[in-house]
Amino acid sequence: MHRARVNVSEGVLDANETIARDNRRDFDRHGVTVINQMSAPGAGKTSLLERALEDVGEVRIGVLEGDVRGTLDADRLASLHLPVTQINTDPGFGGECHLDANMVRSALPEVPLNDIDLLVIENVGNLVCPAEFRVGEDARVMVCSVAEGEDKPLKYPLMFRTCDLVLVNKIDLLPHLDYDLDAFLRNLDAVHPDVDRMLVSAKTGEGTPAWRDWLRRAAG
Amino acid sequence: MHELALSRAIVEAALRHAEGRDVTVVRVRVGALRQVVPESLRFNFEIVSRETACDGARLELEMIAARLRCARCGREWDPTPRPATEIGQLVAAPSFRCPACGAGDAGVVAGQELEVESIDVEEEQCTARG
Repeated sequence: MHRARVNVSEGVLDANETIARDNRRDFDRHGVTVINQMSAPGAGKTSLLERALEDVGEVRIGVLEGDVRGTLDADRLASLHLPVTQINTDPGFGGECHLDANMVRSALPEVPLNDIDLLVIENVGNLVCPAEFRVGEDARVMVCSVAEGEDKPLKYPLMFRTCDLVLVNKIDLLPHLDYDLDAFLRNLDAVHPDVDRMLVSAKTGEGTPAWRDWLRRAAG
Repeated sequence: MHELALSRAIVEAALRHAEGRDVTVVRVRVGALRQVVPESLRFNFEIVSRETACDGARLELEMIAARLRCARCGREWDPTPRPATEIGQLVAAPSFRCPACGAGDAGVVAGQELEVESIDVEEEQCTARG
């Protein structure tokens, strides 16, 4: 036996990127804009989506729900009469902590791409892994709530650097928290200078019209 | 925590190129901007490679420093924060904004790498391959 060196020169995530490009081609062929929505658990992704869906005009929206387990979020959104497809990443005990391009690909046959203009993919709540895996999206939206503390951009720079819009949610809680909004925005700016950001409250609806307009423009 | 998913992808790439031969070394280039924890990657690699041709293989990591280039003035710099020094400062801030002109649109020159560079495999001495 002897040793031989084999040149590989392959991106670790190349396989995922290839499938993501296939997804993207399918979305483009159907004229569907895709948003990958990401956040920590409990930041308010589903609530902000509910707010947006109240009034999106002519835009036909579909949702792809990624959860480790269960259909709670899908059930909530289904009551708004729009097509919701659920992906559970849990094959038994302990599921993946993110969606990858292949999981999205296997769910595509159930997504009515002909009947929608905009597909929102609600990723699994997690600030680390989803950032690494493209799924074929046009844009990435991150939700970060003020209850999470102002240091999060510094702790999870990969996630904050990779998104196109940051929704700072739960601003109705600001009077009750020792949260320094200016410090958060400074930290955000250090990690991702000039990234689009909106201050919103899914609870009171403050700031959510701008989020709706952003979605509408994305779909246009 | 994404080291588990990354280790799986590394092992899959190595196995594909090993074509059935036993793998003894896997060399991976990791950019500083990928937020990969080397110890965690090694730990997960060891578990994921069990009972595959990569079982027992050594994972060699080449860590690559981050380097940004300002799109406006051309200045290059490393955005990595220095370790926090002040008491109460838990996490130091990196800077992705140009230290020279303040522009926010820097390009990444280095630090985004995440690549399986090469592997070493065991080969029968007299087998003619080609």
